[in-house]
Amino acid sequence: MAAAEFDTPKLKEYPVIPRLQEGVMKHSQPYTAKSEFQEKLGFPGELVDNWQQVAIDKMGELNKKYRSLGVYLDSCVKCGACTDKCHYYLGTTDPKNMPVARQDLFRKVYRRYFTLPGKLFPKLVGAEDLTKEVLDDWYSYFHQCSQCRRCSVYCPYGIDTAEISMAAREVMDTVGVGQKYCNEIIGKAQTIGNNLGLPEPALIDTLEGLEEDVEEETGVKVRFPVDEKGADVLLITPSADFFAEPHIDGLIGYGKVFHQAGISWTLSSYASEAANFGMFIGSYENMQKLALRIRQAALDLGVKRIVFGECGHAWRVAYSFLNTLAGPFDFLDPDYPVPQHICEVTHGLINEGKLTLDPSLNDDMVITYHDSCNVARASRMGDTPGGQFEIPRNIIKAVCNNYVDMPSYSIKEGTYCCGGGGGLLTDDLIELRVKGAMPRMEALKNVVDEYGVTHMAAICAICKSQFSKVFPYYDFSMDQIISLHQLVSNAIVLTPENATEDNDGGNDTDDENQAEAA
Amino acid sequence: MPLEVNGQSFETDEEGYLADLNQWQPDLAEAMAVADGAELSENHWEVINFLREYYEEYQIAPAVRVLTKAIGKKLGKDKGNSKYLYELFPYGPAKQACKYAGLPKPTGCV
Repeated sequence: MAAAEFDTPKLKEYPVIPRLQEGVMKHSQPYTAKSEFQEKLGFPGELVDNWQQVAIDKMGELNKKYRSLGVYLDSCVKCGACTDKCHYYLGTTDPKNMPVARQDLFRKVYRRYFTLPGKLFPKLVGAEDLTKEVLDDWYSYFHQCSQCRRCSVYCPYGIDTAEISMAAREVMDTVGVGQKYCNEIIGKAQTIGNNLGLPEPALIDTLEGLEEDVEEETGVKVRFPVDEKGADVLLITPSADFFAEPHIDGLIGYGKVFHQAGISWTLSSYASEAANFGMFIGSYENMQKLALRIRQAALDLGVKRIVFGECGHAWRVAYSFLNTLAGPFDFLDPDYPVPQHICEVTHGLINEGKLTLDPSLNDDMVITYHDSCNVARASRMGDTPGGQFEIPRNIIKAVCNNYVDMPSYSIKEGTYCCGGGGGLLTDDLIELRVKGAMPRMEALKNVVDEYGVTHMAAICAICKSQFSKVFPYYDFSMDQIISLHQLVSNAIVLTPENATEDNDGGNDTDDENQAEAA
Repeated sequence: MPLEVNGQSFETDEEGYLADLNQWQPDLAEAMAVADGAELSENHWEVINFLREYYEEYQIAPAVRVLTKAIGKKLGKDKGNSKYLYELFPYGPAKQACKYAGLPKPTGCV
């Protein structure tokens, strides 16, 4: 477990486009998946003999299946607008991490086999044969894309490198070259129900412990129920929320919100994961299998609503694809969005005055907010455009007195990826993760130095784990990253038990009790 | 890359985690620690032993909070926090301590 050897990028006062250093990240490749994990997902265990033909056939199939892919491959005019927009390029200086160059790794092969000029005059149109060297390059550089879609915001054609990267990974899986981290995890989620491989008894034990802790801290019995039939809300949250810090403090926050609002809720041991790594590897079939577990759990438990916890790409899958993957959800209460984000729930309750909040309880912190890429650029919240930016900020401002935004180019639709998204949150890619975090670190340092920001809040399990790991490389401490609902948890003033029973959660007569609880 | 301890060879994965949990023995943990330039104290062993007991019962490593609580009970409240665990296992209590204990690496968004 010796520390990987590389230099952490130096932070500058403002972003500088770095000089190119060709091939400096060519060596960066994640471990490949063992055959048992490949086969579980329906992929060959190792590189198949006729891999070149299989890969080309798959490219043709994907090009037919996803019209967008063909449009993206055909429409690039090499204008260069994307070149300095990728955090991995900015952090690593490798020109193949420029979005257009990454796309071209795939595009040159597409041109060779699927366009007339490429078939006749490959050299004239930048078309190339699919060789083993090209495949190796794919494995390196399509695992240096976190599918965050920042480049697509600045592309005049809206070319989405994320989709090209997903297609490339699917082609690689199809020929038998899969990534260990993603594919092992998808297998666990499909058999045990979550990415961690946390079995039901361990989940129950962990949540019982959490109930004890919260009661000890607050004097109030906040419940964290599992598999309770007839609950109104099924909460689907990343399994990191049960396991890791600061994630679990967010889970405590959700529990307190449901408790105070009097909403009955439950987790499911069958669908104990929000994350859906099927998206990262571009595999519709695997993504669907995971989504169907959620549908099954909702049916089995007879819930009326499905709410998602803080997980970035899970919200993309949920918001954009859940209905087509696993719908229709006509058995749920039509008065609520399907699905709903926990931030929408909390925000709604705050607006209705149903939560008792004391923002001064967060006065020891100055907060900034990291927009998670998949929430910012691949989904929405609420019923107004930009809700995914405003709702989390409005919650933070309702529970904290000190809030500052990071520089405008680094937030909202221009947000930088944390550096660990898209299935790259693995130790074997630590150099990439540290370097890819550089643009976000620079923006954060800006507000730390200027406004005394002490903590950064996020609503994504990957972001939280990534930052707690890479912060120390940039002289921040790992506990400076927190869950948004941790702030809610800190500020919420819970009503003691007896008062709840007496007046059904009303706040009129609770002042004394609250003072005691506080 | 197999690990050689007491004249025996133990299969590990790319990241040095023991392939077969049942082959684990205390000397393996010591050897892994030496390779990382660390030395195992009694407190390290409290953590490793707890991980193994928990795994035995639940087939998974304990959540960080479960671990800190258990260690707090055993070693005193001042040590029942993740800061202390990171002092013991600088690469992360979940991952480094699991490796020494012969458990599989925790996966997911952690």
